[in-house]
Amino acid sequence: MEELNALLHGFSIALTPANLGLMFVGIVLGVIIGVLPGLGGANGVAILLPLTFTMSPTSAIIMLSCIYWGALFGGAITSILFNIPGEPWSVATTFDGYPMAQQGRAGEALTGAFTSSFIGALVAVLMFTFLAPLIASFALQFGPPEFFSVYLLTFCSFVGTGKGNPFKIIASMMLGFAMAAVGIDIVTGQLRLTFGFTELLSGFHFLVAVIGLFGIGEIMLSMEEGLSFSGHSAKINPKIVLETWKKLPRYWATSIRSCIIGCWMGIIPGGATPASFMSYGVARKMSRDGDKFGTGQLEGVVAPETAAHAAGTSALLPMITLGIPGSPTAAVLLGGLLIWGLQPGPLLFVEQKDFVWGLIASMYLGNIAGLIVVLTMVPLFAAILRVPFPIIAPVIVVICAIGAFTVKNNMLDVWFMMMFGVVGYIFKKLDYPLAPMVLALVLGDAAESSFRQSMLISQGGLTVFWSNWLVGSLTTLALALLFWPLISALLARLRPPGAGGAAA
Amino acid sequence: MAHDHESAQAGARTILVDMVVAVLIFALGALVAYDSYRLGSGWASDGPQAGYFPFYISMLICISSTAVFVQGLLRLGSDKKVFVTREQLKQVMVILLPSTAYVVGVQLIGIYVPSAVFIGLFMRIAGKYSWLRSAAVGLAVSVSAFVLFEIWFKIPLPKGPLERLLGY
Repeated sequence: MEELNALLHGFSIALTPANLGLMFVGIVLGVIIGVLPGLGGANGVAILLPLTFTMSPTSAIIMLSCIYWGALFGGAITSILFNIPGEPWSVATTFDGYPMAQQGRAGEALTGAFTSSFIGALVAVLMFTFLAPLIASFALQFGPPEFFSVYLLTFCSFVGTGKGNPFKIIASMMLGFAMAAVGIDIVTGQLRLTFGFTELLSGFHFLVAVIGLFGIGEIMLSMEEGLSFSGHSAKINPKIVLETWKKLPRYWATSIRSCIIGCWMGIIPGGATPASFMSYGVARKMSRDGDKFGTGQLEGVVAPETAAHAAGTSALLPMITLGIPGSPTAAVLLGGLLIWGLQPGPLLFVEQKDFVWGLIASMYLGNIAGLIVVLTMVPLFAAILRVPFPIIAPVIVVICAIGAFTVKNNMLDVWFMMMFGVVGYIFKKLDYPLAPMVLALVLGDAAESSFRQSMLISQGGLTVFWSNWLVGSLTTLALALLFWPLISALLARLRPPGAGGAAA
Repeated sequence: MAHDHESAQAGARTILVDMVVAVLIFALGALVAYDSYRLGSGWASDGPQAGYFPFYISMLICISSTAVFVQGLLRLGSDKKVFVTREQLKQVMVILLPSTAYVVGVQLIGIYVPSAVFIGLFMRIAGKYSWLRSAAVGLAVSVSAFVLFEIWFKIPLPKGPLERLLGY
């Protein structure tokens, strides 16, 4: 009940005309970011972050989170109309969305995508509303070993849930930690890894890394493919919307499964992308029309979109309650909170009630606003997509450069951005995941200080991570996830030959 | 720009690039290990030293990059995928080189003039648009960035002689 009162109070904060205006601006900007290649949720929010420094933190987070919702919605538009996923998490949407557009059912696919995004987000927000205060009050008792074990769990789950080469995941992550260590050591005041360059004193800012890795790197990848846009036009009118809505309840089971997958994958930092693939795969296996998937099934759009949006939303849960973001975009939002002087984590729920509940209320309102905006403005966004790449590409480079510069008003950061761009391009091509690197760069200092404090408590013994049931189970779970690729390979070998493939 | 030279080998096999990158990552790890060791990676009287945590990180970097390298060695014969074709590389350079030149320009004369020139020239040369349209888009982006950042949000971006002439 306490939550409901707090939520109502949050609505009273979020429902001011100024905040509602920011919400719509944020959604529109977000969809544009989601639609354009090279600008995604993470670096879009990173670039726009400096513009919000003059606002109050509550208004700023409302606008930024709405940009995030907008980007989540926007990815579906490009996937369905152009067969180009604007965001990694909308790749799975292309499988059935684009065939639907080819058959002239683009409106139906878009309505289905937007509506199921909305439902996924709504379920995740509901979960957020009731779970977040619980987790926060629970986490208030955390000491350094508990926090470190949660960090460990965060990073190990990348290895356990990631599809790629576990060594590449670890290498990418550890490079992020190494970059986080560059600069002045907060405990001893010594200079680390600067090698005499005073420019490196303040270290690498993760926003610059995000803008370079995801922005410039993505532009280079898009250039390589020599993008020629040939999209289908979409008409959405109330009739199509209503007809699609009539069909959607049929897929309730898929929706529920996708919501669960999405919420789970969002909280543990798997993120929206694997959630959307997993949900598509599960839906294909469980559906009666499973063998028709890929030919333009509405259900094949519903499944990944629901999961992606649910995951994207619930990625904010560990960010707000524990200070541990579940996705790169959540990490950027966390960076914003730090810049506004808010320390994310359990204390936020005690000390910054207005902010937290304003944010949660805005998650409800923002998604409703998002659904309205995308359903009414699809033709406009599709028109943006038709702006040819030779115009888009240099404009995005300019926007990225401005974004990188404004992080610290430092020209060197623009050079770092270019460097990160090249690294991002090569890493993408070699299947090094970028999300673990970004999260390690963001969380490096916090993870290190909790590790050092734990070591101080135990005088160097690792047993501190098993000193009580809570920290012990977290650590054990983390290690199980870390070695999951190994464990699953062993299990597969133990299974009698022949039965292996079919049983899985 | 540390990785530029590998992408210059057009048609290089992915597996070779993979191994070269693994070596570079190993070298970075070794560098981190060296500096952590220099700072002290053990215990002082007051607890862990500054290099304590980075030292373990560097070890993990070296181990994982070695593993990637060995995996590459094992697949060296079988994996024939091409990292980047000559045509693709040309396309990438079409954006990378002008962007780098643009950043040099920003460094020298502020952000607004190079932005307009970069967008205009890129549209004209890579996109084959008319001079008029190219110039119009370039100027429009630059001017709106100026209004947005310098006037509305009062966020100073790098400026050069032209902006000084205009009184900013």
